[in-house]
Amino acid sequence: MTAPNDKSAAMPAGAPGEGQAPKHFVSTAPFDPYSVEALTPEQERYYLAGQWKLMWWKLRRHRIAVISLWVLAILYLMAFLAEPISPYNPNSRHADHIYAPPQQVRFFHEGSFVGPFVYGLKYELNKDTLKREYTSDTTQVHRIRFFCTGEDYSFWGLFTADFHLICPAHGGTLFLLGTDRMGRDMFSRLLAGSRISLTIGFVGVAISFLLGIIIGGLAGYYGGWVDWSVQRTTEVIRSIPHLPLWMALAAALPVTWSPLLIYFGITIILGMIEWTGLARSVRSKLLSLREEDFATAAQLMGASPPRIIGRHLLPSFASHLIASATLAIPNMILGETALSFLGLGLRPPVTSWGVLLSEAQNINVVALYPWLLLPVLPVLITVLAFNFLGDGLRDAADPYK
Amino acid sequence: MLRYIANRILVMIPTLLAISFVIFVVVKLPPGDFLSTRLEELRAAGEPSDLQEIERLRKEFRLDLPFFEQYFWFVWDLIRDELRSMEYDRPVSEIVGDRLWLSVIVSFATVIFTYIVAFPIGVYAATHQYSWGDHGLTFLGFLGLATPNFLLALVLVYFANVWFGTEIGGLMDEQYVGKPWTWGKFVSILEHLWIPVIVIGTSGTAGMIRRLRANLLDELQKQYVVTGRAKGLPPFRLLMKYPLRMSLNPFISDIGELLPHIISGAVIVSVVLNLPTTGKMLYEALISLDMNLAGSFLMGLSVLTVLGMLISDLALAWLDPRIRLEGKATK
Repeated sequence: MTAPNDKSAAMPAGAPGEGQAPKHFVSTAPFDPYSVEALTPEQERYYLAGQWKLMWWKLRRHRIAVISLWVLAILYLMAFLAEPISPYNPNSRHADHIYAPPQQVRFFHEGSFVGPFVYGLKYELNKDTLKREYTSDTTQVHRIRFFCTGEDYSFWGLFTADFHLICPAHGGTLFLLGTDRMGRDMFSRLLAGSRISLTIGFVGVAISFLLGIIIGGLAGYYGGWVDWSVQRTTEVIRSIPHLPLWMALAAALPVTWSPLLIYFGITIILGMIEWTGLARSVRSKLLSLREEDFATAAQLMGASPPRIIGRHLLPSFASHLIASATLAIPNMILGETALSFLGLGLRPPVTSWGVLLSEAQNINVVALYPWLLLPVLPVLITVLAFNFLGDGLRDAADPYK
Repeated sequence: MLRYIANRILVMIPTLLAISFVIFVVVKLPPGDFLSTRLEELRAAGEPSDLQEIERLRKEFRLDLPFFEQYFWFVWDLIRDELRSMEYDRPVSEIVGDRLWLSVIVSFATVIFTYIVAFPIGVYAATHQYSWGDHGLTFLGFLGLATPNFLLALVLVYFANVWFGTEIGGLMDEQYVGKPWTWGKFVSILEHLWIPVIVIGTSGTAGMIRRLRANLLDELQKQYVVTGRAKGLPPFRLLMKYPLRMSLNPFISDIGELLPHIISGAVIVSVVLNLPTTGKMLYEALISLDMNLAGSFLMGLSVLTVLGMLISDLALAWLDPRIRLEGKATK
């Protein structure tokens, strides 16, 4: 807009000269006072999108988080399809191949391409060190079979099948990650263990999330004695260090319980103690948020406390909650690993990553059979993926920034 | 402020009582008790079980009393320092005392380590968001978080053995074990301390970095930072003066969160590293149902944590007046 006294500058080109009466002009287009503010379709899509849609768009731009999401999806898919993917049953023993090292997958035999295969293993007992020594026998070429039939298994206990994604060659072996002290295939055991290790975090977090939001929400919103008693309760639980308490509780699980019961027992133990962290963060955020203008406004308009908490306050710190929850899942996975490592968590014949790692308890294993430490890799990958995803979610969860 | 401190310390007493109750319930949870398992062991070994002796022990440890009376005696004995371990038949304070002190040393060193590592990294990561440094350091932190402590300990022990040829298990040289405190012992402990401190510290550091970064990022996007920048405050001064101070709040309240974490870490690492702290003893006491010993270990560790939380709360109140005046319900 130009200043009203600056007439010559305001005159558009082609306008009548000085002194002439301007031509009468009326636009026939319908009058739209908002035409200046009109948005392009993309802008409109962006400005009208809901909070969760914006979060999704923002998350998609966070490359590491998206990759982590994919990694987790693949891990969970593998856990779901553990039996068909693994070449062996997790519990079948190979007495001839105890502590066999991982067999390397090769493609070229003596310079010519034969497709994926492994060399056979030659076994020798070293008479001096009493160590089993395996060497690759390059005369035996075992081609890996794909989409094949192998050992029978029962898929989730529902039906029996013998279809496998990969199988060893007929008469050959395929120990991609070596074998343990009973000659069981580590790769198959890893897959079998993933089922328990990956779900234990979710169930535990679900329990602690529920408890944390409800209790922390009440404490933070009401303040006063509610807050006080919740504070003291969480303080009591939190000031008992987690692992010793987990140990004590896990030691209390009767030995006679079935593996499934133990599994749920451990999950509940993990969840019951973890909720305090969530409750604390919910409370502290609420304490500051309830003083905000929009909370007062909602209150003046007669909204009930649950509505104010759930509808106005909770979404305001969803980012914080999501970050805490995604951080809590790996915490529980690690907790299970630690408990099982100590022999207090899940016990064989149940297989989890922690149970597998408990085989690697002494320094001899690190020195002689380092492949028994491999279960730490999926633990690492899962925990990292959850953390990166949580980070991405945290950044995305405040899309208005 | 004085009233806040007094209030805060007074509150600790019922807290500790409640903790003792939770712990007592938990150590009583396993079916059976120490004597019934002892009886079974004797039977399995084919030894004639001395029923009278067992009865005498049952009386001595008050295992024949009802639950609440047992709890009362547990607390009373704990206060009078007359609680005896069932398995070792010695006062628990003899067994627990020294180990607890070593736990304090390890934990304190770990907290310091965590702060020294996490603070600069957190600030750097927040002020250089999405830079390579941020990604790299965050990844490193996460890697520490994701590695199970016990495994890191195992691998570190192995490589220290291969590379330096030293035995780094334990917390001091052989000759100082069980000896009174001397300067030599202190130095020896310092020499051995770094492995457990690094191993335990790695997991907590990641969380610290992450929270400091997150909080600082939140603060940095607020209006007052923009205002300060617009008014021409030098960036470093602006960072130090306001947002950093604001984001320190959770950093300090996290001591309460960090401490149980560190003590947990110390427990499992001590099993692997064969440290004379609490881990292995506690584990054995839990397995053998020696509830007096297990209970006092848990209690000792909890007291440590409560004291740590008290310090963190006081520091918070000193830093942030809003905390001091909190809990005044307006609704």
